[in-house]
Amino acid sequence: MKMRITLGAISKPLSSLKIKTGDWGAEYPIVDKKKCTGCKECEIFCPDLCITVVKEGDDKFAVVNYDYCKGCGICASVCPAEAIKMELKDIYKV
Amino acid sequence: MMKVVRGFHAVAHSVKLCKPNVICAYPITPQTEIVERLAEMYANGELGSCEYITAESEFGAASILVGASATGARTFTATCSQGLALMSEVLINAAGMRLPIVLVNTNRALSAPLSIWNDHQDSMLMRDAGIIQVYVENNQEVHDMIPQAFKVAENRDVMLPFMICMDGFKLTHAYEPVDLLDQETVDAFLPPYDPPVKLTVNDPLTFGCYAPPQYYMEFRVVMQNAMMRAKKVMQDVFKEWAEATGRDWGGHVVNYHDDAEVVVVTMGSLTGLVRDVVEEMRGNGKKVGLLKLRTFRPFPVEDVRNAFKNAEKIIVFERAVSFGHEGPVAMEIKSALYGNSSPDVYSFAVGLGGRDVPRTLVEKCINNVMEGKIEPGFRFEGVKPFEEVIV
Repeated sequence: MKMRITLGAISKPLSSLKIKTGDWGAEYPIVDKKKCTGCKECEIFCPDLCITVVKEGDDKFAVVNYDYCKGCGICASVCPAEAIKMELKDIYKV
Repeated sequence: MMKVVRGFHAVAHSVKLCKPNVICAYPITPQTEIVERLAEMYANGELGSCEYITAESEFGAASILVGASATGARTFTATCSQGLALMSEVLINAAGMRLPIVLVNTNRALSAPLSIWNDHQDSMLMRDAGIIQVYVENNQEVHDMIPQAFKVAENRDVMLPFMICMDGFKLTHAYEPVDLLDQETVDAFLPPYDPPVKLTVNDPLTFGCYAPPQYYMEFRVVMQNAMMRAKKVMQDVFKEWAEATGRDWGGHVVNYHDDAEVVVVTMGSLTGLVRDVVEEMRGNGKKVGLLKLRTFRPFPVEDVRNAFKNAEKIIVFERAVSFGHEGPVAMEIKSALYGNSSPDVYSFAVGLGGRDVPRTLVEKCINNVMEGKIEPGFRFEGVKPFEEVIV
């Protein structure tokens, strides 16, 4: 199908479901499930609502939505348990 | 009805007749009296259902109009100089969002040094924004241009902001006889704005959405296409105006003399003086002519090529300089002629920051070129002797 170029770049709501912005970042956060206490500090601080703390049995831990995470590293910085590490994406490794 | 009025009144009266829905502005010399006059009309209940909104800055004013225009309102503002510079971030967005905002820029020099007086450096700053730019010679022309600007901007094939450039003080504050339009004439010429799409509470939309590299470029292609289509739309609207009012201002350019070997190019209020000088020289048998450039964006390449078919030398008088190169109009003319004809182009920057451009200076420049006393290229004219010091 041909691309549809709208007048004035107008789009209907929910366009962000199609346009993923997670590829902007150079780094991405990795959560160590064992260290994570599920305190939600990262969930509160994430500027892009990309972290949700989930329950799995008795465990609680943070899960990152990599479709929209831009790798700012705030989550890693605020984590009181030092459970989040920022890693460089493979394409940026030399 | 013919009346002697000042330029700002000619603008405000014409804006009123176009029945805008939202006017939003921030005062700046020498535009202030335009928006003061509109505010007065609003306070007196003369603007019908129009909303007049005062903003905290030009940035705010332009932003409010972007929102208003997106809801399908006919919108107007006026500004100049630092005000236009402050608006620029928003106006560039308005162009990309394809919003037909009409603005009058009362051309004023840019800081620093601070100057409230006239030149064209402010509007030249907006050259690449995707905004239509037309320069007017007198107050009747600006009065007539406002309904035409709305008609062009709101045309479905165009949908771009339209900036009318009038020389600050030289026109805004000048008393001139102006045949003021009546409501019937404007109503018959300009239908109410019928937006192709609009923002409503029940149907939310994003204007100017995010476009990653795989989508962005096509949006710029369609903007360029719209600008190129505007050339034809403007010509049609200019013609329609001439038929409706009996006042024919010509097309994108007005070429007064087909036989000239040396053609002088001007934009804006300088045209009147140069026309007078050229007519006198022609009376003395000199093969000199005048070309009045009305449309700067979209640039009328075909009209310029056609007008300069027989020219051997071209003189451009302009109230602007592109630092590090030459006069911006001279650059465009050279670019239009490249590969077609190759007359010598003389680029004169004159009258910056309100410096007077006397008749004798115009005569001297034209004579120097005609007599081969100077080389083609760029120079400032009307500059006093000076030395550069620190303090």
